Amino acid sequence: MADTGEGDSEYRIKEGDNVVLKRGDIFKAVQIQLKKKIIFEKQWFFLDNAIGHLYRSTFEIVSGNLQAQTAKTTQSSSDAKEAGTDNRNIVDDGKSQKLTRDDIETLKEQGLKGQEIIQQLIENSSTFRDKTEFAQDKYIKKKKKKYENTIMILKPSCRILAMMYHGREPGKICHLRYDTLAQMLTLANIHAGSKVLVFETCAGLVLGAVMERMGGYGSVIQMYPGGGPARAGVENFGFPAHFHDTLHDFPICHVNALLAGTLDTSHKDTNKKESDQAAEDKQNQPEAEPQDSPEEQTMETGGNNETAMDQERKEKEQRREAKAEEKRRKLAAAAALLEGRNADGLIIASRFHPCPVLMGLLKFLSPSRPFVVYSQYKEPLVECFTKLKEHGGTVNLRLTDTWLRHYQVLPNRTHPLLLMSGGGGYILSGTTVAVDSAKPSGSTPAEEPATKKMKLTDTVE
Amino acid sequence: MSFVEYSDLIQDGDVVIIYISMDSTMPVKVQKGAQTQTRYGVIRHSTDLIGQRYGSKITCSKGGYVYILHPTPELWTISLPHRTQILYTTDIATITMMLELKPGSVVCESGTGSGSLSHAILRTIAPTGHLHTVEFHQQRAEKVAEEFKEHRVDHLVTVRNQDVCKDGFGVTGVADAVFLDIPSPWEAVKHAKAALKKQGGRLCSFSPCIEQVQRTCEVLADQGFQEISTLEVLLRVHDVRTVSLPLPDFGPDASSPGEPGTRDVVQNHPAVTLKTTTTPREIPGHTGYLTFATKPRT
Repeated sequence: MADTGEGDSEYRIKEGDNVVLKRGDIFKAVQIQLKKKIIFEKQWFFLDNAIGHLYRSTFEIVSGNLQAQTAKTTQSSSDAKEAGTDNRNIVDDGKSQKLTRDDIETLKEQGLKGQEIIQQLIENSSTFRDKTEFAQDKYIKKKKKKYENTIMILKPSCRILAMMYHGREPGKICHLRYDTLAQMLTLANIHAGSKVLVFETCAGLVLGAVMERMGGYGSVIQMYPGGGPARAGVENFGFPAHFHDTLHDFPICHVNALLAGTLDTSHKDTNKKESDQAAEDKQNQPEAEPQDSPEEQTMETGGNNETAMDQERKEKEQRREAKAEEKRRKLAAAAALLEGRNADGLIIASRFHPCPVLMGLLKFLSPSRPFVVYSQYKEPLVECFTKLKEHGGTVNLRLTDTWLRHYQVLPNRTHPLLLMSGGGGYILSGTTVAVDSAKPSGSTPAEEPATKKMKLTDTVE
Repeated sequence: MSFVEYSDLIQDGDVVIIYISMDSTMPVKVQKGAQTQTRYGVIRHSTDLIGQRYGSKITCSKGGYVYILHPTPELWTISLPHRTQILYTTDIATITMMLELKPGSVVCESGTGSGSLSHAILRTIAPTGHLHTVEFHQQRAEKVAEEFKEHRVDHLVTVRNQDVCKDGFGVTGVADAVFLDIPSPWEAVKHAKAALKKQGGRLCSFSPCIEQVQRTCEVLADQGFQEISTLEVLLRVHDVRTVSLPLPDFGPDASSPGEPGTRDVVQNHPAVTLKTTTTPREIPGHTGYLTFATKPRT
């Protein structure tokens, strides 16, 4: 597998890469770090051996380490061609498998590979030969899932991460289903070169998805609630460094001041900022310590201990000031991007009530630009819809959700999967238009809910 | 104006979307001196459009008004002239994410049809990607090439008038993703494989019939594609309505002296009014099956 093709370096796994582990339909995002123990699907192992291999390589977990698999071993299925025609002679008496739990454990301890254990299970099953060909396939597939210890290492993408979060930790992403996220990115016309506002409490998944679609062109402004922007999930995407230059953030607690023109970012130490700064310092304390120690050591070898301490204190002070200055500069930069009120798109996906968020942030959009609001619940979006209708300034309003069904496609056995997602959340989408100053409501009559007519039909039906 | 870049002001030569209502939009090419008829009367391009801001409200000659919107692939999808059956935004959004499209992606598509999906792909892969689109119908290929030019995305796309099942995509080893919307996708799988990068890529096939899916999946597996997965995605629209539900009268009740506060008692017809949503009487219940697969490194 590990051929040395030229120009392949970006396709090879490197130390420090953000990758996604895949086993069956289960994903986990991790960073490749030397001697770092990973726990995935109740198994622990090290990823060191993956370095240098190509993405999409498969590995077997052998005593806590990864062992690259060759293409051949992944295929080879049993060649027992004997099969029954139906299940009339198969009785579920729990006696068909001659191997006991302990036997299987012993086999495992002997270091037998998953494939070999499955072969043993088949040979010791008294009913396997009587099963239909389809049932045999199903049996092997089921056992493979249980005993095969192979994982694949993937390059992260919005598709994979959205499916990963939805499968593993839906609570962290407000139960946003991947196809719903897909609708949002498209309906908001996210593309390179635009200026997009994002308000999310989905661990950074939505923000990362927007950044991926922007490809490092244009600007993304994360509007965040509370003390600081939460976006751990963005790291999972493993974006190149320059992508982060396009990412700005702005605390929503300053939105009113910005809209009123009273936000002061020019000089230091308004009350709010001081507290911000204090919080920031607190956060950075543990990080700052180890940075100091090597310097301290060199100072000590230099001689005078006291001056070294002084120096250190001064440097710390300077660093703190520089940090505060940097923070001010960033806030000012984000404010400058917002001030023109000419953003090109808005995406909201949070656990907050969407109504105030939408009404507050919509003001930053140019006319004729799309916006999308996600909510796990329908009612708050009905409220948003009503409010927007009263307020005017938007058209093309639509409250939707998507229905998603997966299929098993096999010769003569094609049907929808037995389980499907019950719902992927709701979306309100629309387009801004120039606000009509003359009349409070500026929407075409055709779009107003026809209350009277509905009443009529309701009573008729 | 371009389909991949916003502008603020309407200029001569732009393609704009006239928004009359949710169900009524029309694309118009802005030309000095030209006029456009709408149900609310005439729009004069020189005075009503050129120099105006996108999103402006325009009062037409009969007194009705419309909005002039900046074109987006989504507005284009609901207003474009149909030359074929087209893909709609719900499927397009799913395809875009599942094919992992982003700026810089190189994509092969067949058939081009009316260009509904093509515009969405171009929006996502700009400014550094490229779309190779193959359409076997000559007039359709010419027409769509013309539209790409008008929409100022022609630098991002190559239109080829050929049969993808016979002649392939005209490129090899360059694509990150391939999309097939043709009657016999299984015949194009080997061409798709050849068009995809040696390092691998994603494929999607859209088919209305399950028999097509069946055959395509078999060929995909034979050709060594992995992660073969078929799904169907449908849009459900919820119309916001205020409804009034009448309450039945059981006659005087001796045990409870007062009416509950939430009731909206109007004369002798008590009713509860509430805001809720209804679903349309009929919706598209099937568009097509989407089959996705990954081509491994070869």
